[in-house]
Amino acid sequence: MSNPGPVTAGKPPILQARGLLFRHPGAAAPLFRDLSIAIAPGEFAGVIGPNGAGKTTLLMLLGGIVAPQRGEASLGGRPVRSIPPRERARRVAVVFQESRILFDFTVLEIALMGRAPYLRPLGLERPEDFAAARAALRQMDLLDREGTPLRELSSGERQRALIARALAQEPSVVLMDEPTAFLDLRHRLQIYEILARLNRDDGLTVVASSHDLNMAARYSSRLLLFDRGRLAADGAPAAVLTPDLIRRVYATEARIERDPSTGALFVVPLAPL
Amino acid sequence: MAPLTSRRLLLSIVLLLAALALTAALCSSLGSSGYTLIDLARPAADAETARAMILRVRLPRILMAAIAGAALGAAGAVFQAVLRNPLADPYILGISGGAALGAFAATVLGLQALAPVLPVREASAFLGAIATVGILFLLSSARGRVLSYPMLLIGVILNTVYLSVILLIETVVEFSRLHGVRLWMIGTIPVEQYGLLLGIAAVLVVGVAGLSLYGRDLNLLSAGEDAARSLGVTVERTRGVTVVLASLMTAAVVSVAGPIGFVGLLVPHAARLIFGPDHRLLVPASAATGAIFLMAADTVARTVMAPTEIPVGVVTALCGGPFFLWLYRRRAGGGYFE
Repeated sequence: MSNPGPVTAGKPPILQARGLLFRHPGAAAPLFRDLSIAIAPGEFAGVIGPNGAGKTTLLMLLGGIVAPQRGEASLGGRPVRSIPPRERARRVAVVFQESRILFDFTVLEIALMGRAPYLRPLGLERPEDFAAARAALRQMDLLDREGTPLRELSSGERQRALIARALAQEPSVVLMDEPTAFLDLRHRLQIYEILARLNRDDGLTVVASSHDLNMAARYSSRLLLFDRGRLAADGAPAAVLTPDLIRRVYATEARIERDPSTGALFVVPLAPL
Repeated sequence: MAPLTSRRLLLSIVLLLAALALTAALCSSLGSSGYTLIDLARPAADAETARAMILRVRLPRILMAAIAGAALGAAGAVFQAVLRNPLADPYILGISGGAALGAFAATVLGLQALAPVLPVREASAFLGAIATVGILFLLSSARGRVLSYPMLLIGVILNTVYLSVILLIETVVEFSRLHGVRLWMIGTIPVEQYGLLLGIAAVLVVGVAGLSLYGRDLNLLSAGEDAARSLGVTVERTRGVTVVLASLMTAAVVSVAGPIGFVGLLVPHAARLIFGPDHRLLVPASAATGAIFLMAADTVARTVMAPTEIPVGVVTALCGGPFFLWLYRRRAGGGYFE
């Protein structure tokens, strides 16, 4: 897979953060002091960085789930927090890392939740909502599990069900917080392949955080490397994944190589510093 | 469970209404006086007495039980979703206790004198309930997450404190003004005027209708607060409206019948086993199931040792406790309550 590099010229950004200041409630110091980034429509951006770098918080801010204390995140040029929530939910889907879902909702019911922003105030799901939910489940290879309570699934299947819920929202942007954290090799690859296909064929904008630098390098057109709330590097994988940056940000000695079959960069961690 | 369709929704509601009517008819035919509904149609000499017994004594009490059960059942289903705690129940969490203390304080302070103008006792019960919900939220959340088990512990502590305060006041204040407090504290269904029943029924209807409108939001909240937000729910509004309505219903019941335990815990779980977790159906289904359960429990309470009556709270605890322990064992393995 080739890495076309950051898309910057031409299109106005679909997601933008300007001068974000964000401090977690009770935290001594702000996580982000003055963060500005822009994501162009159709980009596949990987957000990487050590634990506590601010990956999750960035996605929450971009998705309008939390509000910054200063600055503004915008979606398609509008402040994301000013967009009516249901309208926002039709355009941005968020897949969270930690999801404790109460009660015995089934896989299909979970996917149908993705249709909530499309339903009339008191309406039940319509046939087209079932069709969209099942289409999302089919893409996630879960159609035969639709009647199973979510709690009974393996963690990998659960994660796929939650991604199916996001796809059922038919969004133009998905924000994913470590979408493959609990997945085995096959499903990790499968999820990135599906995201890459939706990105390529439908122009879906993807922002996905990950600890898996190799997956991020292979599928992202652009990597954003965070270090304790600072954007340490932003650009094509080749510009971001350098031994020097990895050493500085991850405190790890690493070698960077290029895979001859996929053409993607990969990181070989050597020793912690 | 298949996802909710209009057909399943309608079918379930018809089924529940039929069960509700059947239970009401059955319960009004049972009682220590021995009269049954059939006696009403009989042109016998004592049809008049039967009518008086059934329409003036038994029926108001059965309706009161139905209303109280419905309110507690629906409130329990809502508290479980909105507090994100499947073990939540207005009684265990001290919400009923807070309402009881509120109602009791209003009585002791003599505010009942204002009752013809203002429903002081009910309002004070509501304040006690909503303040308790506030304390629960405040103390049991850490870093934006509500922690289930700490919340239960806080509820148990609040409950004990409320009960102690009530008993303290009872000891200090002259006893003659407060007779019946102990019985009320366990939960007893009184025979009330139809006027009062109508008032509480109005709170119930507004409450259940309002909460059913938030059914979809409650489903999404079950998937997590952030997830609900990302799916278009205005979490603060949903939480505010549903907590206020559920507390109102709890307070209305407690101010007349006392804190009846286990209904709000056991009924939503039983309803979920039959009707599934979707709150658009679960809220009305819990109301109907709660009504059926409390009508039956109160009939047991007034007949099983007749003419002596057992407080209905004793009956609900004696059936609710074991049922809940069974459910807990059955579910505990799958992480349902974690």
